[in-house]
Amino acid sequence: MNISFTKHTLANGLDVLLHEDHSCPIVAVNLWYHVGSKNERPGHTGFAHLFEHLMFEGSEHHDSGFFQPLQAAGASLNGSTSADRTNYWEVVPTGALDLALWMESDRMGYLLPALTQEKFTNQRDVVLNERRQNYENRPYGLASMAMLAALFPPEHPYHWSTIGEVADLRAAKLDEVHQFFRRYYHPANASIALAGDIEPEAALALVRAYFESIDAGVPVEPVRALASLDGERRILLEDRVELPRLYLAWLTPPMFEQGDAELDLATDLLANGKTSRLYRRLVYDERIATDVSASQNSREIAGFVQLAATAAPGHTLPELERVIVEEIARLAAVGPTDDELARGRVHSETQFILRLQTVGGFGGKSDQLNAYNVLLGDADYFDRDLARYQEATGPSLRDVVARYLEPNRRITMSIVPRGRIDLAIPDSTPVDVS
Amino acid sequence: MPRSAIAVDRSRLPGLRPVPRFAFPAIVKSSLANGLGVWSVRHDAVPLIGFLLIVRRGAADDPKGQEGLAALTADMLDEGTGTWSAIEVHQELARIGAQFDIDIGADATLVGVTALNRFAERGLKLLADIVVRPTFAEDDFVRVRQLRLNRLIQLRDMPGVIADRAFARLLYDDAPYGHTPLGNERTLAVLTLEDVRAFHGRLIRPGAATLVAVGDCEHETVRRLADAAFGDWSEGTGPAAEAPDTVARPARLNIVPRPGASQSELRIGHVAVARATPDYHALVAANMVLGGQYVSRINLNLRSDKGITYGARTAFDFRRLPGPFALQASVDSLATALAIRESIDEIAAIRGDRPVSADELAVGVAALTRGYARNFETADQIARAVAQLALYGLPDDYYSQFVPRVESLTPDEVMSAAARHLDPARLTTLIVGDVDAGGQEFGHLNLGDPVIVSADSI
Repeated sequence: MNISFTKHTLANGLDVLLHEDHSCPIVAVNLWYHVGSKNERPGHTGFAHLFEHLMFEGSEHHDSGFFQPLQAAGASLNGSTSADRTNYWEVVPTGALDLALWMESDRMGYLLPALTQEKFTNQRDVVLNERRQNYENRPYGLASMAMLAALFPPEHPYHWSTIGEVADLRAAKLDEVHQFFRRYYHPANASIALAGDIEPEAALALVRAYFESIDAGVPVEPVRALASLDGERRILLEDRVELPRLYLAWLTPPMFEQGDAELDLATDLLANGKTSRLYRRLVYDERIATDVSASQNSREIAGFVQLAATAAPGHTLPELERVIVEEIARLAAVGPTDDELARGRVHSETQFILRLQTVGGFGGKSDQLNAYNVLLGDADYFDRDLARYQEATGPSLRDVVARYLEPNRRITMSIVPRGRIDLAIPDSTPVDVS
Repeated sequence: MPRSAIAVDRSRLPGLRPVPRFAFPAIVKSSLANGLGVWSVRHDAVPLIGFLLIVRRGAADDPKGQEGLAALTADMLDEGTGTWSAIEVHQELARIGAQFDIDIGADATLVGVTALNRFAERGLKLLADIVVRPTFAEDDFVRVRQLRLNRLIQLRDMPGVIADRAFARLLYDDAPYGHTPLGNERTLAVLTLEDVRAFHGRLIRPGAATLVAVGDCEHETVRRLADAAFGDWSEGTGPAAEAPDTVARPARLNIVPRPGASQSELRIGHVAVARATPDYHALVAANMVLGGQYVSRINLNLRSDKGITYGARTAFDFRRLPGPFALQASVDSLATALAIRESIDEIAAIRGDRPVSADELAVGVAALTRGYARNFETADQIARAVAQLALYGLPDDYYSQFVPRVESLTPDEVMSAAARHLDPARLTTLIVGDVDAGGQEFGHLNLGDPVIVSADSI
């Protein structure tokens, strides 16, 4: 599938990516800032995400909410923050492109004059509500935080989650917000993609008109950090759950690096869907688990594979662990069958096309263009991205499983019902998630 | 275009250019001898074809005492067909990279296969095998039912699901919409494979089904493939569930206690109106103002003004029989009583005490209409839209007429529709949470003595 686009870099460093697709009278505007929770420091976590909220509360020339005028114009819009980046997007009817660019450029160039203590306090409370709703009040909702904290050392920027720690959120100060904005929210740290019903030349002229007068800002130094696991660490967390769940995790290569695609394919054939080896054994044949899943979570400076399985009533986490370890060892020794490999390839091809059906939103062509541009410095990566999956071989899958999913370099985490630490894998240490 | 041609004026937001009139693509229809409708829409944006089979029977058709049967039947469909085991069926799907899903709702069961164009024929054949010729083996049934029971056990921890299940029961009791598709532990435990066979034989039938195909494919081809795949599905179908007599209930407060919960999950609503109501468009617009979008009254009040929730929304769930109107929100435990009072006040006010202004309506209407085209970008979106037409008997030009119909609404029409179909005196309020948090008082809400609902009784 050929996604044709053009790329321009404005004098202030802003990358502009343009993709023309007239099949629907809509345009996706997608703006990435290369800043995420990995740019935070211990004691100041949750900041990048809290900041994303503030970006919707008004800027100097439109000092009220951003949703109202855009939704009234027929747009859908949102933003999201990950460890590596923050993105903002609108999908607008063609005739509202001007409006979307006006607003995006106003908050890139003129946010601070409108940013008051009152807005700051209000949005911090909204984030604390979000944290309660999506993490604290959700079964197994604290698992991701506990796992990140165990996988990465305290000074590593993947040690904490994007939602941040409650104490840090409560201690955040307005002047830190101002510093954060000046450091990260400027054209040289951003990339904008327009996909859809545009004429590229006219669209570029519009982007120039709105964004080119914004000051460049100081380029941001890449974040570097190392993590390693020297042994197996067993931890446990009590939670408001009915059934105990086992999580295993290993450190793996970052996004797009050698082994990333193979681990994606390997985790699929191991644990995702009814055809996977572990579903078949744990859920279908032996019936000792209610579900199993795994993923290669590839990020900019590191990756990790996480595998999770929930014990069926009457069965134990050690039973699950034994089968999982056996199946990983078998895959590491023998590799996938030809049929598994062929299924993995056609699955990746279909999923790749499904992801590119839309011009934007969460995902879609505009977001993918920005992902390649920001994380690889090369937006023209569609074919090579798919090729990483199509060129994977049996031996290459076998090798990544043997190399990365080692039994003695992993985190083993048990989530058990409150008061039932006896259900955890033996010798697990309780951990606290704040 | 030279740069100097565009001057940026930051003193006001730029104007909008008109949105071109939206036209839904043509639907080509035929039907097989057994009554199965075959509807296709041409869409060639990507080299994929989507097949969606909609059967107009769902969880509302669960016989009394067999709540959960429709969903269990749907779940058994892909557990083996002909000589293939459950695993082999999924291996066949995986060999063509197909995306497969089954959705079960109150009114319908949908089974979808999306695949690369080159696998259209194999994909459709698999879809037919799954729907028409499931094996229904005892061993698979025991496993699948146990998985669903385990799922129900896990859902005891999910406040949003507890709330949805308890609220359906409070609103409808044991009428067709009184349970979520999952059913409950009590009925699931007694369901048998014979029940599944009977449900499938009676209701999963071509007379109540439509096959929707969206992709780069001629109708004649779709029809030929459909005939080959579904032609021997024997005709007929049993009747759908009927509406019970509804009993009006006074406003009341119900609580599922969850000691120590940091958030309260709230539902506030009552039985409202069926999809066929002539007030449909006016109610959709009224809901946009009330709680149907980010800038709605209730979300702005509870999230932006009070800062006590990450989001609050309302919706009319339009179904074949009168569906519920409900507010849903997860709020700070300490602010539960405040959230309830504000929500009920907002629901009451939109009936006329706080009139819908022309500007407010314009914002809601614009949000519904100006971006309408983006609801029909992908093959799957189009297929699901077409399936709605089949489910509710709407005309082919329904989507093309939506925008002009909504644009013609006046504030008076919207308010009077709200007044007809929203009744503060009948609102059922449900809290799943820690009502003792912070010593809150609920008496001033005038909802009577709270009724404690045990999570186990749902």
